[in-house]
Amino acid sequence: MDFEDTQDEAQFRSEVKDWLKANATPRSGDNRTGRAEQSEADLLAEAKVWQAKKADAKYAQITWPEEFGGRGGSPIQNVIYGQEEAKYDVPRGFFDIGLGMCIPTLMAYATKEQLGRYVQPALRGEEVWCQLFSEPAAGSDVAGLRTKAEKDGDDWVVNGQKVWTSGAHYSDYGILVVRTDPNVPKHKGLTMFFLSMKTPGIEVRPIKQISGGANFNEVFFNDVRIPDSQRLGKVGDGWKVALTTLMNERLAIGGGGAGPDYHEMMALARELELEDGPALRNALVRDKIADWYVRGKGLQYTRYRTLTALSKGQTPGPEASIGKVVTAPKAQDLASFAMDLQDMGGIMMDDDASPGSAAFQLSYMSAPGFRIAGGTDEILRNIIAERVLGLPQDVRVDKEVAFKDLPTGR
Amino acid sequence: MNFDFSDDQKFLKDQANKFLTEKCDLSRPRKVLENKEPHDSDLWKAIVEMGWTGTTIPEEYGGLGLGHLELCVIAEELGRAIAPVPFSSSVYLATEALLLAGSEEQKQTYLPKLASGESIGTFAVSEGAKPATVKSIETKFDGGAISGTKVPVPDGLSADFAVVLVRTGASASEQSFSLAIADLASTERSVIDTMDPSRQQAQIEFTNTDAALLGEQGAGWDLYRRVLDRAAILFAFEQVGGADACLEMAKAYALDRYAFGRQIGSYQAIKHKLADMYINNELARSNAYYGAWALSSDAPELPTAAAGARVSATQAYHYASKENIQTHGGMGFTWEADCHLYYRRAKMLGLALGGERAWKEKLITSLEQRNVA
Repeated sequence: MDFEDTQDEAQFRSEVKDWLKANATPRSGDNRTGRAEQSEADLLAEAKVWQAKKADAKYAQITWPEEFGGRGGSPIQNVIYGQEEAKYDVPRGFFDIGLGMCIPTLMAYATKEQLGRYVQPALRGEEVWCQLFSEPAAGSDVAGLRTKAEKDGDDWVVNGQKVWTSGAHYSDYGILVVRTDPNVPKHKGLTMFFLSMKTPGIEVRPIKQISGGANFNEVFFNDVRIPDSQRLGKVGDGWKVALTTLMNERLAIGGGGAGPDYHEMMALARELELEDGPALRNALVRDKIADWYVRGKGLQYTRYRTLTALSKGQTPGPEASIGKVVTAPKAQDLASFAMDLQDMGGIMMDDDASPGSAAFQLSYMSAPGFRIAGGTDEILRNIIAERVLGLPQDVRVDKEVAFKDLPTGR
Repeated sequence: MNFDFSDDQKFLKDQANKFLTEKCDLSRPRKVLENKEPHDSDLWKAIVEMGWTGTTIPEEYGGLGLGHLELCVIAEELGRAIAPVPFSSSVYLATEALLLAGSEEQKQTYLPKLASGESIGTFAVSEGAKPATVKSIETKFDGGAISGTKVPVPDGLSADFAVVLVRTGASASEQSFSLAIADLASTERSVIDTMDPSRQQAQIEFTNTDAALLGEQGAGWDLYRRVLDRAAILFAFEQVGGADACLEMAKAYALDRYAFGRQIGSYQAIKHKLADMYINNELARSNAYYGAWALSSDAPELPTAAAGARVSATQAYHYASKENIQTHGGMGFTWEADCHLYYRRAKMLGLALGGERAWKEKLITSLEQRNVA
């Protein structure tokens, strides 16, 4: 057992280090990049420049085949690049959905000509993609979606509403799953398309979240016409195609982004004075930090196991699936407890007055979303129970019933 | 990144699993539990023949001279099988203490016998229903002899000798303690009732019992802590094995048992419970792996890694063993069902080196020290 790179990995890491050193700025020590003050438009413009640079150096999609601008690299090389890039102050996040989910779906179902047209601009960050799946009435049960498409000549006419669409407001293209046949059971009546987000009849409205941010959108479709040539997969096969997309989502190794962890909690507890001295001397505080420590570290070491499998060219075991269902509730509990320690002052969410620039308060307000996005705590437990442990599916009352005959509540 | 056991180690684990599946089905711990036997001597003999008792003992002392990673994989399988043998006392505790602090002469006296199974050793610390602290430990070592009462001592009746935490000074400071090693033949020993009779515990009264220091006088508390750290990682693997067995048992029942017209494993209340077991078990396994790395490489992170592995494994086994009973419903509460064997073992292992509270305290203390360093 060790935590070292293999010779090949070390070689690759050193190439990456050299390239990053020559092309990007290291993060400053205090972790503040000043990006919070930048406008989204500026960030996106900067991200596009960085993405093109990465694409030129073949670091944009390391595991993609060379014909698509990748380098046919291994998943572990991808991880190594990510580890190294994380040390640099570069704009992130605009292209993950497009390159991680949308384009791989195109690769599986689009024509050669379409791939020739769309892959390169996406890879270089010239065109941004979004994924139009969730709906107000179809969240965890996404196959229950209602947005419909009806055939009209060589076109399909789409009406309905999508929701929780990340980046729809700056995306150029999207992949869209819609209901094309309400007369068959829900999974069988879906079809997948891709379309330009500039198509007439599309309206994008930001959703204000409880955290105050607006990272997602509602997208309304009003007689939006999509040519049949932009269909991905067969009519009625949309669920199967969607699974390709979602499978790619699961291949992405989660990590980070969970807000303050035990380390920040230790720092707070060291500073903060309770009735009987520093909070870190308090038995209850110590007990809680120990709980979060073993869960956080347990997850980190689980990732090491996953990386080990990747490094050996093996498929990671199912343990890779436990990440978010551990991290998200922990982030919420930890933030809540840190605020509790601040007592009456914990109410404040103030850059100057609240410890760590209000990091705990911010985490407390974003954690509910973290527990829901990309699979709720409950759905993730179902997935572990069914796919990892092999327990039977719940009874599905909607399986054999035509979609139009399903009861609908809110 | 190579955070996994080697193919050879996995092969050894597989071998251990097959061996124990054959030699130690659940009727074995049940038999020891029901008949209040000291341990399963047939199984113990077979384990000795496999050479496992000498896993980490160097070849010059008659052992196999393998590393701690090998011992970790064996520990996981012993834990899975709830093996009713004095392995942890003799191997994780007595052997580790001797390897850590024994003089050359002591090593030559004891290690070959530990490896060959001729001797069983144990580690005597506790003095009643309270934590072992520099204030609470009273057993004395003076003029080459021990006086005092240790209870509970694991495998206290099976053991031929014990490494004993003793007071060699009057003050309530760590420097007032030493480790001593004593043959138990002349002590007064009695079985004490416990919640897990599948692993017998004893009360041992030392009355001017001949003994020798193990390690320096005054170094006992530090050595005790170091032995505990090492053992904690091996115990964690036993706990992970046991927790895994609980999940397997609960899963099998959830697939077999029907209620309200369908398998109970199709209800989310059961699914989510089992998913949580899986999550806890995987976290515990990963923490234990980190402990294995620290133990095998004698890393400075060892105290933190040990405490992390210990807390995580204790939590996982506790959760899995209690929710395994819950999944079985009323059947799980019967003497006849095997659920209680795990429930007992989980709690026993979770307390044997000190409880979760004490290990959380150690964990945070080690994190504070690392932060200062």
